[in-house]
Amino acid sequence: MAQIFHHSINTLVRIGFLALVVLAAGGSAAYYAMYNSPYFNRVNVVRQQPVMFSHKHHVNGLGIDCRYCHTAVEESSSAGIPPTHTCMTCHSQVWTDAPILEPVRESYRTGKPLQWIRVHDLPDFVYFNHSIHIKKGIGCTTCHGQVDQMPMTRQVNTLYIGCCLDCHRHTERYVRPRDQVFSVDWRPPSNQEELGRQLVKKYNIHSFTNCSTCHR
Amino acid sequence: MSKERALRAFDLQSLREKLSPQRGRTYWKSLDQLAETEEFQDYLKHEFPAGADTWLDPVGRRRFLQLMGASLAFAGLTNCTMQPEERIVPYVRAPEEVIPGKPLFYASAIPMLGYAQGTLVESHDGRPTKVEGNPKHPASLGATTLHAQASVLDLYDPDRLTVTTNAGRVRSWEVFAATLTNQMERYRLNGGKGLCILTGNVTSPTLGRQFEQLSSAMPEARWYQYEPVNLDSAHEGGRMAFGRDVNTYYRLDKAKRILSLDADFLFFGPACIRHTKDFSAQRRMESPDQEMNRLYMVESAPTVTAAMADHRLAVRHSEVLDIARAFARALGIDVPESSALDDATRTWVQAAADDLKEHGGASVVIPGEFQPPVLHALVHLINDKLGASGSTTVHTASVESAPQLHGPNLVRLVEEMRNGEIETLVIVGGNPAFDAPADLDFGGALQHVPLRIHLTQQENETSSLCDWQIPESHFLESWGDLRAFDGTVSVVQPLIVPLYRSKSAVELMDLILGGDGAASDYDIVRTHWSRESGQADFDHWWRQVLYDGTMPDTALPEIVVGVNRQSVLDAIAAISTPESDLELIFRPDPHIYDGRYANNGWLQEAPKPLTKLTWDNAVLLAPATAQKLGIQPGQVVKVRLGESELSGPAWIHPGHPKRAVTIHVGYGRRQVGRVGTGAGFDAFKLRTTGALWAAPGVEVIPTSDSYDLACTQDHSSMEGRPLIVESTLEEFRKNPGFAKEAWETPRPDVNMYPERKYEGRAWGLSVDLNTCIGCNACVLACQSENNIAVVGRDQVRNGREMHWIRIDRYFSGDLDQPETLHQPVMCQQCENAPCETVCPVGATNHSDEGLNDMVYNRCIGTRYCSNNCPYKVRRFNFLLYSDWQTETLKLQRNPDVTVRSRGVMEKCTYCVQRINAAKIQAELEDRDVADGEIKTACQQVCPADAIVFGNINDPQSEVARRKKNPRDYGILTELKTRPRTTYLARLRNPNPRIPEPDKPSEKA
Repeated sequence: MAQIFHHSINTLVRIGFLALVVLAAGGSAAYYAMYNSPYFNRVNVVRQQPVMFSHKHHVNGLGIDCRYCHTAVEESSSAGIPPTHTCMTCHSQVWTDAPILEPVRESYRTGKPLQWIRVHDLPDFVYFNHSIHIKKGIGCTTCHGQVDQMPMTRQVNTLYIGCCLDCHRHTERYVRPRDQVFSVDWRPPSNQEELGRQLVKKYNIHSFTNCSTCHR
Repeated sequence: MSKERALRAFDLQSLREKLSPQRGRTYWKSLDQLAETEEFQDYLKHEFPAGADTWLDPVGRRRFLQLMGASLAFAGLTNCTMQPEERIVPYVRAPEEVIPGKPLFYASAIPMLGYAQGTLVESHDGRPTKVEGNPKHPASLGATTLHAQASVLDLYDPDRLTVTTNAGRVRSWEVFAATLTNQMERYRLNGGKGLCILTGNVTSPTLGRQFEQLSSAMPEARWYQYEPVNLDSAHEGGRMAFGRDVNTYYRLDKAKRILSLDADFLFFGPACIRHTKDFSAQRRMESPDQEMNRLYMVESAPTVTAAMADHRLAVRHSEVLDIARAFARALGIDVPESSALDDATRTWVQAAADDLKEHGGASVVIPGEFQPPVLHALVHLINDKLGASGSTTVHTASVESAPQLHGPNLVRLVEEMRNGEIETLVIVGGNPAFDAPADLDFGGALQHVPLRIHLTQQENETSSLCDWQIPESHFLESWGDLRAFDGTVSVVQPLIVPLYRSKSAVELMDLILGGDGAASDYDIVRTHWSRESGQADFDHWWRQVLYDGTMPDTALPEIVVGVNRQSVLDAIAAISTPESDLELIFRPDPHIYDGRYANNGWLQEAPKPLTKLTWDNAVLLAPATAQKLGIQPGQVVKVRLGESELSGPAWIHPGHPKRAVTIHVGYGRRQVGRVGTGAGFDAFKLRTTGALWAAPGVEVIPTSDSYDLACTQDHSSMEGRPLIVESTLEEFRKNPGFAKEAWETPRPDVNMYPERKYEGRAWGLSVDLNTCIGCNACVLACQSENNIAVVGRDQVRNGREMHWIRIDRYFSGDLDQPETLHQPVMCQQCENAPCETVCPVGATNHSDEGLNDMVYNRCIGTRYCSNNCPYKVRRFNFLLYSDWQTETLKLQRNPDVTVRSRGVMEKCTYCVQRINAAKIQAELEDRDVADGEIKTACQQVCPADAIVFGNINDPQSEVARRKKNPRDYGILTELKTRPRTTYLARLRNPNPRIPEPDKPSEKA
C-alpha cells in the first residue's frame, strides 16, 4: 500500500509542534506581561478627578495628618473619604475663590456630593479592614506608597493577592512601631527583620492566611 | 414546561403495617420514604433528582445558547476582565454618628396583628438591611418571627405602589389632599355623616387619639377595624366571661403543665415570641435532674406548637369544644355533658385534667385563636378553677385603642355600603375585597360607595376597585407607635426616607382631621407624645425612648377580674355542634399569612414549617381520609361547600385529624406583584360569615388532574441513620448517655485524615432539638444576613433551593398519630471535611479556627464537594439566581457578604463576617472576644434559644457547656468527620397515666 503522507509531512508536523510550544509559551508570556502591565493592574496610572487634589501639597507641603481627612481609618474597615465639609473647613478661609476649587464650593452650596474616581479598588469579593492593620503597626505608605510625593494620587502596588500574602506571611518585613504608622518619612531600618519580629510579638500579630480572613 | 412527575399511588394500608409498633419506632420524612418509591431513592442516592441538570424553560434555552456562544467566544478573555471604574461619593456634611463601613442599629417596632414586636434594624450607609429583635422589648427579647425577618424585603419590593393614582392617572399627593379637603368641608358641617374609615387592628396611641378627635369633631363618622385574621374570639370570649374588654396573656415561665386547646401559641399571636422564650426555658434540660414542663395539645389544623407536644390529640375543629367541656367536667366544673367522646379520649382528658389540677397555680389552659368565643369563656372559667389567674394567666385592660369585633364590623359596613349610607370610604391598608367572607361580596358592595380611597403598599384586589390609590409607607420608612401584648408602647422609627412618595396612616388621618396634608408623621407622633408623656425634659425623654425602643412604665397593670360563671355556662348550653361527615378548616398560611406577604419571595420559598411545601397551598388531609376518598398527594381535588367550589392539589399530612380537610388562606391572589402571581388557589372564596374558621358538610371530589407541588421534605435526605435522637424524660434520667449510644463510636486508631490540633479558638455550634420549634425564623434570618437568592418554584421542584439552613422534619411512630420532630441542618463545619479533599482548585479550605471556608472567587463549579458532603448542606448556583438588575433589591444586600454568581458553590459559613468583625473589634480594644459576643444570624433570631455559637475551646463558654450536656450528639460521626455542629437530643415528657400507642424501642 502506498504511503498516505509524503515524507516532507514529518517536517511540517515537527514545525507544527514547535509552533504550538512557541505559541503556548508566547501566549503565557503575553498574558503574564499584560497581567503585570499598568494597563491591567493600574499601577502608577493617574486618574482624572473632579478636583485636582494634591496629596503632595496637603501632606508634604502643609503637613496635614492622614487622619484629618480619613477619619474612620482607626475604627472601621473603610478609611473614609472626607465630606465636602472637611475641605471647606480650610477653604472657606483660604483660596476662597480659586477656580480649581469651584466644584468643592458648588458641592457645599448645592449639597451635591463630589464624585471621586476610586484609585485603590479591591475586587468586591475581598474584604480588607483598615483599622486592624493600623492597630497592628502597618503604615499607610506600606500599601499606598509615598502619597506625600504624589501631586495626583496613584496606585503603587498591584494590590494582587500576592501583595497581601507576602505581608501576611512575612509581617516582620513590613511592621513598624505604632507611632510611625502615619509617618510618611519612615524607612525600614537596617535591622528591620529583627525589630519586626519583636514587634510581631509585642503587637500580638497573627497574620492569618485563612481564606475567610479576606473572602466571605 | 415543568417536568411532569407521575402521580404516586400509595398503598396506605401497607405503609401503616410498616409502622406497626411491633416493628419498633421508625423516623420518617415522607410517604415516599415509607413506600421506598423510586423518587425517594433518587433523592437519597443523588445530589439532585433525575433531570435536575436539564434546562426547563424553552424560551430560556434559546437565550442560554446565545449566551453560551458568547461566553465561549470570550472564554479566553475571562481573566482579562478589567474592573469597572468605581466612584466614591462622600457626604457633603457627614452626620456625626455615621462611620463609613460600620452598620448602625435603630430601635423600631413591626406591627403584627396591629401589635408591636420590638426590633433593632441594621442600617448600612442609610439602607436598612436586616431586622433583629430588640432584647429590651417584652414581645421580642432579642428574637423575631420569620415575618419580621422577611419584612425588609417588602420595603424594597419592586412591585410596590410608587405613585398616587386616580382612575388610572398619576396624581400628586397635593391634588389628592385638595380633593379630600374639599370633601371634608361638607363632612365637618354634617357631623361626618357618610364618612367611613376602615383600618386594620389599631393599638397605636397616636392613631387612637386621632380617631378620638375624629369622633368628637364628626360624631357621625364611622371607624371600623377589620383584619381577616383577628382576635375576635378572644375579645368576645373575654366579654362573655368578664363582662368587659380584657387582654389576656400567659406566663409560661411559671407553667409546669400546659394544655393548648387548638392554640398555636408558639407561632401565632402578639405574644408568640415571649411564649416561645418562656416555654423553651422550661425544656433546657441541662442535667437529668432538672424539671421539664409538659404540653398537652389538642389540635385541629396542623400547628407548629403541636410538634412540641408531649401528648397530642388531633380532633376536628368542632370537637375541640367537646374536649374542653370534658376537661372542665373532669375538673369539677358543672358544664353540660359533651357528646360522645371515645374511651381513649376520655382517659386522655381525665389524665390531663388530673395533672393540671395537681400542678394548680403552675398550670394553664390556652384557648385556640380560631376557636369560638364560648371556648375562650370556658377556658377563663377553667383557668380560674386551676388557680392560674395572677400566676400563669395575666389579665390587663385592653391594649387596643378601641377594641372592636372585626367580623360583625365588616358585616355592618357592607350593609351600610349597600344601603348607600357611605359616601366616602377610606381604606387604610388591608385588602378586604380579597379576604372578606365571600358571602358579603365586599367588592360588589364597594361599588355603591361614590368615593373610594385606598392607602396601600401594593396594588391589590381592593385598590383596583378604588378611585384613589395612595402609596403607603412601609414601617421602616415611617414614624408611628404601637403597643405590645402587655401594653408597652414602642415608637416606630424609620430608617430611611420613603423610597417613593408614600404616606403613613397618621399622615392620612391628619389630613382627614383638617390638616393641610403637609404635616410629617414625625411631627404628628412627636407632638402627640409631647402632650401625653407629661415629661418636663421631653427632648431627653424622647431620645431615650427612641434609643431603648420601649417607653418606660407603659405596660398595663395587671387587673383582677371575676369570671361570670353563669353567663359562661349559659353560653355553653346554647351551643350545639353541627354534625357533619367532612369538615373544612381554614387557617392563615404560616408564611404568607392572610395573603399580605404573597409577593415576598423569601416567605414563598421557605418550606412551610410542617408540610415543607413551598410556593403553593394545598388541601391537607389525613392519610385515612385520603384513603377513604381515594386521593393521592398532588392529585387535584374539587372542594365543594354549598354553592361554592374550588379546586386545588391535595396533600396528605400524617397526623391531620380524620374526617376533616385544612386549607390555608391567603394564596390565589388575583392582583399581586410578579412573585405572588400564580401561587396557590384562593380559599377565601369558600369562607362565609357563618363559618369563618371551620365549615361543616364539605365535599372533596378527586379529579383526574395532578399538580406537582414543590415540596422539599425529601430533599437532602441522609439514608437510614439515627440522625434524630429522642427519648423520654424518664429514660433520660435512667440513662443520661442515651444520645451518644445511638451512634457507633468510631475506632480512634483508624483515621485517613491527618490529625490537626486547634489550640486557639475553635468555633462550634450546638442545636437543642428539645427546644427548636421549627418556626423557620432561622432560615429567613440566614437568607437576609447572607444574601441568599430566591430560585422559584420550578427550581425548588428540582431540588435547587439555596437555603443554607434546612429544617428536616421527621415523623415518628404511627401514620395517623405521628409525633413530629424538627432538625435544623446547616454546614456542620467538619474538622475532617470530606468536601475539602475533593476540590480540584482549593476553593474550600480549613481555617485555623476550624471553619470550613468557602472561597467563591476560586470555585469553578465542579460540584465534587457537594457530591462528597455526607450532610448534603452545600448549595450550588445553577443559574444566576441573585437578582443583579433590580435597583431596589440591591439596597437590601448585606455589604459584608459576597453576592454569589452563577456556577458557584455556597454554604453556611457560621456567619464568618460576624466572626471577623467581632475579632477585629476585640483586637482594637486589646481584649479577647467575649463569649456571646458573636451570634450567628440563626442564633440571634431564634425565639427558643435553641442555637448557641461560640468557642468550644473555652470551657466557660455557653456552647462548651451545652456540648457537655449528656444529650449532646453529632450526626454521621462514624464517618470521622468530627462535625463542629452537634445536637442535643430531643426529650418528651409523657404522662405515665396516658397509655402510649408504642414505646420507643430502637432508632431508625
